[in-house]
Parts: sequence; structure tokens; C-alpha cells
Amino acid sequence: MDDQLVTAAIVVLGVPAALAGYILLTERLIQAFPERRQGRIRPWFWIAPALAFLIVFLIYPTLNTLVLSFQDANSRNFVGLDNYAWFFGDATTLEALRNSVLWVVFMTLGVVGLGLLVAILVDRVRYEPVAKTAIFIPLAISFVAAAIIWKFMYEYRPPGTPQIGTVNALVGLLGLGPVDWIRERSFLIDNFALIFIGVWMWTGFAMVILSAGLKGISIELLEAARVDGANEWQVFKGIILPLLMPTIFVVGTTIVITALKSFDIVYTLTNGAFGTDVIARKMVFEMFTTQHFGRASAVAIVLLVAIIPFMAINIRRFREQEAIR
Amino acid sequence: MERRLTRRLIATLGALVLVVGACNTGGGGSTADKEVSVVGSWGGSEQESFLAMVKPWEDSTGNKVKYTGSRGLGAYLTTAVASGTLPDLAGLPGPGEMSEFAKGGSLKPLDTVLDLNTYKADTVPSLVELGTVDGKVVAVFIKSSVKGFIWYNKNVFTGTAPTNWDGVMGTSPAPAEALFCVGLESGADSGWPGTDWVEDFVIRQSGASVYDTWVAGTTKWTDPAIKQAFEAFGDVLEASYGGSTFVNSTNFGGGGNPLFTDPPGCLFHHQASFMSDFFKSQGGAADGDFDFFVMPEINPENAGALTGGGDLFGLFSDKAAAKELLKYLVTAEAQQIWADRGGFVSANTKVTTYPDPVGQKSADAIKNATVFRFDGGDLMPAAMKAAFFRSMVDYAETPANLDTILAGLDEVQASAYAPAP
Repeated sequence: MDDQLVTAAIVVLGVPAALAGYILLTERLIQAFPERRQGRIRPWFWIAPALAFLIVFLIYPTLNTLVLSFQDANSRNFVGLDNYAWFFGDATTLEALRNSVLWVVFMTLGVVGLGLLVAILVDRVRYEPVAKTAIFIPLAISFVAAAIIWKFMYEYRPPGTPQIGTVNALVGLLGLGPVDWIRERSFLIDNFALIFIGVWMWTGFAMVILSAGLKGISIELLEAARVDGANEWQVFKGIILPLLMPTIFVVGTTIVITALKSFDIVYTLTNGAFGTDVIARKMVFEMFTTQHFGRASAVAIVLLVAIIPFMAINIRRFREQEAIR
Repeated sequence: MERRLTRRLIATLGALVLVVGACNTGGGGSTADKEVSVVGSWGGSEQESFLAMVKPWEDSTGNKVKYTGSRGLGAYLTTAVASGTLPDLAGLPGPGEMSEFAKGGSLKPLDTVLDLNTYKADTVPSLVELGTVDGKVVAVFIKSSVKGFIWYNKNVFTGTAPTNWDGVMGTSPAPAEALFCVGLESGADSGWPGTDWVEDFVIRQSGASVYDTWVAGTTKWTDPAIKQAFEAFGDVLEASYGGSTFVNSTNFGGGGNPLFTDPPGCLFHHQASFMSDFFKSQGGAADGDFDFFVMPEINPENAGALTGGGDLFGLFSDKAAAKELLKYLVTAEAQQIWADRGGFVSANTKVTTYPDPVGQKSADAIKNATVFRFDGGDLMPAAMKAAFFRSMVDYAETPANLDTILAGLDEVQASAYAPAP
């Protein structure tokens, strides 16, 4: 009999049995308490396994990463703030940091701006579901696949030869180029070419949520404004935008976090060369290529610290909204 | 009511676990004595050729080979060694891992498994050497390959192959636009075709001893011997088609395409033996359109120096059938089976007939090699290798930054060779 089959059988039968056993056992335990207090105790027993998983797989690793970030490459000796000094003193990490800021600013502006534009425009047409589906589809594609798609879109061929990349073919029609989009350093073209892929992917996400928010604005309100003689721009600026602001905020913070974590597109297309590195790729590089656990952990902590405020803002906003309801 | 809820919950959890469990039953190990498990990096036609190679052995012994192909041999073996769940025979990702596993004791010495006298007499000495750790043979080359071919289009370059590097550089590119084509793009591994160039320069300019110390991390990148190799590659880049933008944006697979355009873009393309497949699939060339010569000598003292690679195999079990299989695999009769199927170079000198000129010329080159060295980048620690790859991209982008690039490589070298945790 195959060893793995035995293991599988143990897992298939054993895990549910253990879970059932846990529930029955705790239920018996709870019975021992006075009836009045049972209702308050039960949730804790039910949540305990999830809490244990959370501690083992999230809280412990986070704390451990923090400790590792103060240690050397092999996690043997404490080196104080050396890894952080390296992070803020190394030209390549600073470049990665600059690019991550570019990602955060321009990806967020691009996604929210385009998402809002599309949401408002499609609200007024009959074929709205079709248009929304088309724009939403890129989000369903994995980052790596999207990067590969755009690798073909941005494909460069020497001047004078047929351009097989769509973007260079179009630019060629205008009598310009070709441009090696993902490797051209001047004007940060390469960074913007990569960020655009992120925008292309996430615009659908912003659009769907903003569109839902838009539908929540009462038509009477808009009608009233129009009857009072407001033009479309005034309606947008004075009514739609303020009412949509909380939604825009939630979408915006989500995209900021996504942009900070961006890794796959850069890794797939340039692997950080040509001045396009971002901090998430730097982290993976330090971890798995140079195997410097201290530096990798320091990058991870910097990333975490950068993300925390946005998460906090998001949660606070969410609570405020809940309170209003 | 509460009981029904509990029951339903248990049923749901049970179903969930069943699904997870079902995902985990793939693969499988066996303890049957007549079955030999082999893990290698081959898939597709290479896998078919390997299975054809072991078929006669299976038929005559009644044993069975259970082959599994894996793209990530390094990660697979590191995990396998750590967990102790090892295959009987496995391909090794490179000499670095080989010596690690041998020193750790998981890789078995082959001194008593192979008939050493016959093996050494039949096998190219430098390849025997590459499979030896601390004086003991621990791995054999089941398949080898040669790097540093200079490919050309037979309809464009009609002269005779230059006998030294100056002769290559002095060749007039006409009717082609440029002398060389270089394509460095390869996703996250971009730059590696350039490292093959530099390695070929180092071994031909400065010889095997400098090559070895450089790979081992004791010769600095800023050393004149290494800088000289970079500069020689810089001359190649300067004489290459399309300039640095073409070099960095062109995938290695399409790097040789301009050989076959009309008018031709370049005269020569430097790449390993596998390149002929890409000429046909991407360059629109047909068999017989192209040919190659082995990159000629630079310093006559190092004539016949060659770089290459190959699939090293090692034994991880004491099973009798596994030992028998390994012994069989290096014999000329077994090697000839794969050689006849094409795309193969044998380390066994008794294998003399190859169906294609690439195989024939590669085998001759290996046989005539005075020194044979494994691809240097693959021997370096992962961080050094990654930095080496990247340096090629940076150098091709801005050749004027050479000194900065080399100094940066020195910095990586200083930390990358530190003992592993």
C-alpha cells in the first residue's frame, strides 16, 4: 500500500474526526458552567482554533520578522540598526523606494481617476453591463499573465524593421519611435509603462465599487439639482463627488496598499533592472537570492510600517460608516 | 436545533477536508526493490530519449524505472535531502550542490558501484574530474553540452572559420550590417547569454586557473584578467547589431534571427548547441542553412579550453537495482541509444556516431578539449550569479560604467561567498 495513500486516509478521516471531537468536547466542557454564562463562554471556544492559527501564522511570523531585521545575514548575531542603515543608505534600495512612491502616487491616481470616469460614463449608456465586464476582465488575469501580455504590447524592434508590438506600431503610425517602453530610463518612461499595467488591471476594481456607490446616490437629489439649473459639471462637483468621497477613499487606500506590494509585474518584465526596482521585489531578492535574512526582514518591516497607516485609515473610515448606519 | 447545527457544521468541515486531502495524493514513492525512482530535469523529447535509453535495461533485468521530470531540481533536492525522502537516482542541478550533498553524505560514492578503470578509460578526463569530490567519483554525466559556438548563416558567411579570436574580430561583416548579434533578454534571468560570453573570454584569455579562482570567489571582478574579459565583450557589443536597445530588448531565443534576414543583420551569433532549434522555430531557417565553429583560441597557451554544461547524475540509495542502473547508464551502448536519437553529446569517448553535425562537432570539441570547465555563473553562489546576470544587462546598457559595475560585483562577491547558515 502506498505510503502517501495511508497519509491521505489519515488526513481525510483524522482531521474531521479531531474537529468533531473538539466541538463535542468543548460542548461538554461548557455544560459544566452554569446555564446563564454558557452563552458568553461558547464563542471563545469556537473562535479559539482560528485565533490559534492567527497567532501561529500571522502574529508570530510578524514579530519574528521584526527580530530578524535586527540580526545578521544568517540570523546569528544582533547587528542593531545595520540593516535599516543599509536600507536607507544604499543607492539601489533608495531607487526602489522612489519607484514604490511613484507606484503609489500614479497607480492610485490612475486607477481611481479612470475608474471614476468609466463609472460615470457607463452609468449613462444602455450597454453598461458589457462595457463594465470588458473593463473588469483584466482583474481576473494573474499579475504574471498580465505582465506577459504587456510584454508583447510593448515589444520593441529596431527602427526600420516591422514593429510587432501594438504600442510601437501605433506610435509608428504617428511617425514616432520605436521606444523600448519597459527599458527606457528617460522621463521614467519604463516606470510609467510598468505602472500603466497595474492601472489597466485595477481600473475595473475601482469602477465596480464606484459604480455601486454611484447607484446609491438618490435620483431625486440629482433631479432637484438639475431642476434648480445646475449643469452636469456642477452636479458632479457639488453632489456626486462629495457623496462618493467615502467610497473613493476606500478604493484609494486599497490601491495604495496594492501599489506598495507590487512585485509581479516588475519581476516578470525587468526584474528590477533599468531603474525600475520596487521594494517588494527588493525584499524577495534579498530573501531568496542573496539569502540575507536580516536585510530581507528589514525591507519587510519597512513595507509593513508603510502599509499600516493606510490600513488604519481604512478601518477607521469603515467604523465611522458603520456608526452612521 | 443546536445539535442539528453542530452536525451540519461537522459535515461541511468533513467535505472540506476531503477536498484538501484529495489534492495531496499526487506523486508517490515505493519501496519495491525492483523499481528504481529517477528524478531529472528532462521533459518532452528529452524524457522520451531517456526512457528509450533505459528500455533495454528494463527488458533484460526485469526492473522498472520510474522517472519524474522536475523543472526545479535544486529546490526539489534540497527539500528531499532535508526530509530524507530521496529518489534512488537524481539529476543534480550543478557541481556546487553535488559537492554539498556528497559532503553531507546523502550522495553515495560511486567508486565501488562503477568499474572505475573502464569508466575512467572511456570518459573524457575533464568530465570525470567534474564529478569528483575529495578524490571520490560521486556523479556522472549522463548528457553533456558545449557552450561557445559561433553560429553563422552558410549563405552569408562563406569564408573559412578563423583560427583565433583576432581573426573573428577582423572579419568584415559585409554583406551583413554588423559582425555580431546579441540578445540578452530572458525574463528574470536576463543577461545570462552575456555571462557565457565573458566566461568564454576568461578561460581563453587567462586560462583555467584564473577561471577557477574567479568562480570560487578569490579572484576579484576588478582584477585585470576579468576586466579584460568584460572589455572583450564590450568590443563585441560595439560591433553588434541594433545597439544596446536591441541587445537588452531581444530575447535570447530570437537573438540569432538577424542572421537570416534579408539583408542580413549580422554575421555571427554566439550561443550554445541548443540554438539550432531557435533558428528553425524563430529565425525561419531550415536545416542546412546554418553552421558553426567553436569559438577559437585567444591566448595560444590556453588553446583547446572549453566551457559547457551537462546533466550530472548521482546515486542517493543503496538499492542494488539503482546501482545497476547507474552503471548501465554510462556505458557506450546506453549512451549510443540517446546519441542516435539526436540532440545529445556523450561524455563517453566510445560513442562515435552522431546523426547530426551539431552532435558530432560538439563531441569532437569535448574530446579535443585540453580543459573543460562547467558554466561559471552556475557554479557561483546564487547572489553572485544573479549579480553577474544583472551586470551584463547594465554593461550592455551603459558600457562606460564598467568600473562601477565591476566594483559593485566585488561588493557582492565579498558577502556572497560567506559560509551558508
